[in-house]
Amino acid sequence: MANPEVHHLFHNPIADHSFSADQQTLVVARDTSVELYGRSGSSFKLQDELKGHDKTVTSVDIAPSTGRIVTCSQDRNALVWEPSPTGYKPTLVLLRISRAATFVRWSPNESKFAVGSGDRLIAVCYFEEENDWWVSKHLKKPIRSTITSVDWHPNSVLLAAGSTDAHARVFSSYIKGVDQRPEPTVWGDRLPFNTVCGEFLNNSAGWVHSVAFSPSGDSLAFAAHDSSITVVYPSAPEQPPKAVVSISTQLLPFKSLIWRSEDEIVAAGYDCEAFRFQGGEGGWQLAGAVDTRGPSAAGGEQREESALKMFKQMDLKGKGKDDTQLKTVHQNTITMIRPYQSSGSGVAKFSSSGVDGRVVVWTI
Amino acid sequence: MSQSLRPYLQAVRSSLTAALTLSNFASQTAERHNVPEIEAQTSPEVVLTPLTISRNENERVLIEPSINSVRISIKIKQADEIEHILVHKFTRFLTQRAESFFILRRKPIKGYDISFLITNFHTEEMLKHKLVDFIIQFMEEVDKEISEMKLFVGGTVPLLARAEVNRLQLNARARFVAESFLTPVSRAVAACPAMS
Repeated sequence: MANPEVHHLFHNPIADHSFSADQQTLVVARDTSVELYGRSGSSFKLQDELKGHDKTVTSVDIAPSTGRIVTCSQDRNALVWEPSPTGYKPTLVLLRISRAATFVRWSPNESKFAVGSGDRLIAVCYFEEENDWWVSKHLKKPIRSTITSVDWHPNSVLLAAGSTDAHARVFSSYIKGVDQRPEPTVWGDRLPFNTVCGEFLNNSAGWVHSVAFSPSGDSLAFAAHDSSITVVYPSAPEQPPKAVVSISTQLLPFKSLIWRSEDEIVAAGYDCEAFRFQGGEGGWQLAGAVDTRGPSAAGGEQREESALKMFKQMDLKGKGKDDTQLKTVHQNTITMIRPYQSSGSGVAKFSSSGVDGRVVVWTI
Repeated sequence: MSQSLRPYLQAVRSSLTAALTLSNFASQTAERHNVPEIEAQTSPEVVLTPLTISRNENERVLIEPSINSVRISIKIKQADEIEHILVHKFTRFLTQRAESFFILRRKPIKGYDISFLITNFHTEEMLKHKLVDFIIQFMEEVDKEISEMKLFVGGTVPLLARAEVNRLQLNARARFVAESFLTPVSRAVAACPAMS
């Protein structure tokens, strides 16, 4: 397996990262600003800083074809950054929320985006031509706590959301005049705005950290705080799902997960490394860590310790071995993983960002 | 290390490692605020069930996890009144200097001698496994320190008079002990690349 491509950008937590479609631009959320990095050779160089938020930026997303960047922050606002010849120009979004915005994602057709918030609602935002303004409609109904993550169905109408009230839900975000009537799916055929197409809870009711639709959109996976991953296979509208598979692990909880293909999931979180899960409707299992090169190689900077060095260490620090380095590539929690490059069989490369200020591109 | 201490510390270590899975979480009740949920207690769904690990009736640890903070309270062994006074002196000395300890809580939880409050900002800038190591090391050393201090105080003088006589000595001793505890913290910070 190829070595992961490690970019150590700075020493602050990265809440979220996003690559542009050509992978030449990397946007990361760093504290209260958003930093834009451009690829130069094999590394990334700081190009621009998007300043507009005054509290921690919680999420960023680049629309692949229009190149618009949407960011949201704990200051209750979301901004859409339009690329222009003189740099990025921010436009404030009319979110109408009074708590932190926690998560934002563009829909696959890029006409809408969804903002999860601590106000116990999701704002589905779209551009209103007549007012020249991004406005929002609220998905409110059964949500009882902060939204931690959202994910779009490939048809850009269905939206999955995970929340700290331990539920993963599937909503319809159909907006008249913006969306085409979607084809019927397993989740439902008539889908007015705020239809709840599914509501799922896992065994021990932990906070849901991440949700993801499978590439076809016909199944849903979510990671919860009880270190488990649950995969839901719906059967037909208004019917109970045909299978709900829960995989509990002995690892620490996962913060983020993606589908590699219909039968493989990659998840990463507090263990500072990514794990693969394989299976299908009949059952899923943990297939092992993505980084299989062994602990000594993964550390990278593990050097041969000489006796002199050992005594020096003992003299200086009062201990023989320096155990401040973890054996994983990321040195702290991985906060987000995203698909980076896809091939015929699914996602071939994915990127991860962590609290340690690193962005890593992995080859599966 | 005695036979019952090892499993006790091991249980504390694994519970702490699992509890220190914190994330940045803004308040759901006050806008534009980000407070430790375990202290605010305003959203019951983001606070987890507290966990007590006891070695015996006098020694226990209370771990109260939540989505963005963990509160750890330790009850230090106090076999007699002189140990009681020593523990009180010792913890008072530490809590008065709480700002230099970063994770130390100024007031212990009722029923415990010393409390720590670890938030997601601490786990972001310090090494998580080192924070766990620090708490474990503190628990290991504190009993040793208290019994050493007790030996130092000596045997036969009546309790109150003895406490009075040795107040100055005790203070000097407490300062020395606290300094030796401060060093692991400052070292952990120095070793952490985020702070340097």
